[in-house]
Amino acid sequence: MNENRGVVWLGSPAFPDAARRALKDTQLRANLKRATGTIRDKRLAVASELDDWEALRDAAAAIKKRTARHLDRYLVQVERSVTAAGGTVHWASDAAEANRIVTELVRATGEREVVKVKSMATQEIGLNEHLAGAGITAYETDLAELIVQLGDDRPSHILVPAIHRNRREIRDLFAATMAQWGQPAPDGLGDDPAELAEAARRHLREKFLRAKVAVSGANFAVAETGTVVVVESEGNGRMCVTLPETLITVMGIEKVVPTWTDLEVFLQLLPRSATGERMNPYTSTWTGRTEGDGPRDFHLVLLDNGRTDTLADTVGRQALACIRCSACLNVCPVFERTGGHAYGSVYPGPIGAVLTPQLVGVENAASLPFASTLCGACYDACPVKIDIPEVLTHLRAEVVEAGRSGKRLPTAEGVVMKAAAAVLDSPRLLAAAQKAASLGGRAIARGGRIGWLPGPLHGWSDTRDTPAPPAQSFRSWWRANRGPEGKERAGKERANTAPESKQFGENEGEDR
Amino acid sequence: MRIALFITCFNDTMFPGTGRAVVTVLERLGHTVEFPQEQTCCGQMHFNTGYRPEAVPLVERFARTFAEYDAVVTPSPSCVGMIRDGHPVLAAQYGSPALQRRTAEVAPRVHEFTEFLTDVLGVTDVGARFPHKVAYHPTCHSLRGLRLGDRPHRLLRAVEGIELVDLPAADSCCGFGGTFALKNAETSGAMLADKARAVLDSGAEVLCAADNSCLMHIGGGLSRQGSPVRGVHLAEILAAVEGGAR
Repeated sequence: MNENRGVVWLGSPAFPDAARRALKDTQLRANLKRATGTIRDKRLAVASELDDWEALRDAAAAIKKRTARHLDRYLVQVERSVTAAGGTVHWASDAAEANRIVTELVRATGEREVVKVKSMATQEIGLNEHLAGAGITAYETDLAELIVQLGDDRPSHILVPAIHRNRREIRDLFAATMAQWGQPAPDGLGDDPAELAEAARRHLREKFLRAKVAVSGANFAVAETGTVVVVESEGNGRMCVTLPETLITVMGIEKVVPTWTDLEVFLQLLPRSATGERMNPYTSTWTGRTEGDGPRDFHLVLLDNGRTDTLADTVGRQALACIRCSACLNVCPVFERTGGHAYGSVYPGPIGAVLTPQLVGVENAASLPFASTLCGACYDACPVKIDIPEVLTHLRAEVVEAGRSGKRLPTAEGVVMKAAAAVLDSPRLLAAAQKAASLGGRAIARGGRIGWLPGPLHGWSDTRDTPAPPAQSFRSWWRANRGPEGKERAGKERANTAPESKQFGENEGEDR
Repeated sequence: MRIALFITCFNDTMFPGTGRAVVTVLERLGHTVEFPQEQTCCGQMHFNTGYRPEAVPLVERFARTFAEYDAVVTPSPSCVGMIRDGHPVLAAQYGSPALQRRTAEVAPRVHEFTEFLTDVLGVTDVGARFPHKVAYHPTCHSLRGLRLGDRPHRLLRAVEGIELVDLPAADSCCGFGGTFALKNAETSGAMLADKARAVLDSGAEVLCAADNSCLMHIGGGLSRQGSPVRGVHLAEILAAVEGGAR
């Protein structure tokens, strides 16, 4: 494990085990179904009203691809532009270094608390925990992040980190915990969304007015001017990047876009894909420092943390194009059932399943590339056209190869796969295996159905019947009816009246 | 036009009736179908589970077996997806330049059954009669992989006597996903439960799809619940002439 990288929650069980636990939570299932369904419909509606949506996606993918190819150049350009505008740029190779840099910067101000704009990069590096260790309290100011923080909880969605909570749970949480951290929740707080938002607003307002230091992430940084961009909905970001004296932004190195013309493409795609809005309420942009306006000090921490390694993989690197919109999470049938915590990473869902293993190494997140049916809904929804199924199968191969090189004894699955490959590469062995499967399958079948299967197959047979294999495979039917022995019969085929196989249940047609 | 049937290992073993149905329909339309005996498997299971080197001999076998045919027809969208998208990847990663060339040559001649009927033969009415209430489930590989679009619907609408009913949330995955259903059986089961409920809500007596794997998955869940709804591959509906030939 690369302990300097963070990203994953240490001690998390493998995806299938975590998912099994999550599936039992019926409240969670209901919360997720409602929430993802709502965003999904909104996204579809606003995406389909643009007749150049597909062209925008192509443009976004092309811009990201080109930028990644010349990332070295654009990053240096960012540094030059930001420095020229009065900011300071820091380079962090991993989470540990980024945390050290930010902590030192906060210490230098003499402050003991910071306000935060919602940021995946700072979650990835575990900044809040690191700051707490240094005696500095970080206050999350995004409503959903506040809910997660007050609940001492973990985010379960990139954009809607408290998606696993419903409003009754949030009401109870506010009533029980707000007082510990500042402005208490009003007496008799109800679970009306407007009431909850008002309670959060009051609670956060005093923090905005008091804070001298803010920490943000970044959605984009425009290389040509050194402008950092934060896109948000609640105005908390605007407060954080304007009111405090010192602003520290932690940004993954893949967030660079070369020009403002490039940025325009993403500002159309991101809100529509993320919240299903034509435009997000607040887009804040700042370029270094401006005398007499906003923070007096601006620091930009450029974070690698596995991204350069990811960039070296010609198939996997497309995951770096991600703009964190979460459209893939909202359309994912797996995420909808399991929720985000099961992924054991700050990056859940389909994008998390391809990003996490690349950032921390496949051997440290080996179950994630398999946490998908490869249904392709994510690829269709992705505004920057990341072919997530392609990267998933690519990473699956890496997981298997890592297992092969790391272990002396092959796994049971490996043995089965090798044997299957040998059988499937020989029509003669395949025919023999079909005969055996037919005999064996029919011996344990009742009424044409197999109800129970042994060993690793029991997970399947717990909730599904399996049809008994037919007495005759297609190839043996062909040989008997259309091959050398059966050619003359071909002409006199009886008229087909009804479908022959019923898939399940007794099938007289195939017993003959 | 020399037409070969690629039955796929799964249909060969579990659903030979689907292969016979493909043969029936194509012969009814006046074509001769050949079944090259050397065919086995497209390698999808190995590829999707991460066992790439194991799949390479299957890619070679496929390219070799079907090299001489004008058209290769197969009743499995997911296998067609593997041949179109997976075979070039494997050939490039592990194969010789010759394999890359042969794979690239054969792939454009491989057609999923409904593509072959509508695009190559230009037919939608294949002379079928199937007087039942049918819901069509677009499998993920039909819908998002091959983008079959309304091809299956056009074929089904031309079937005499059929009553097509809408399947709620039709575009949602059924949860099969090959080895996903074993590795993540519970998550797969949760998706299956929702799909089975949608099938029951549709009021259909028959669930139709273009791929038997997903159909076996959904059918397996319905069967366990004691539902009388049966899964029937699209090819078998197109082959049916219940009540006599039209």
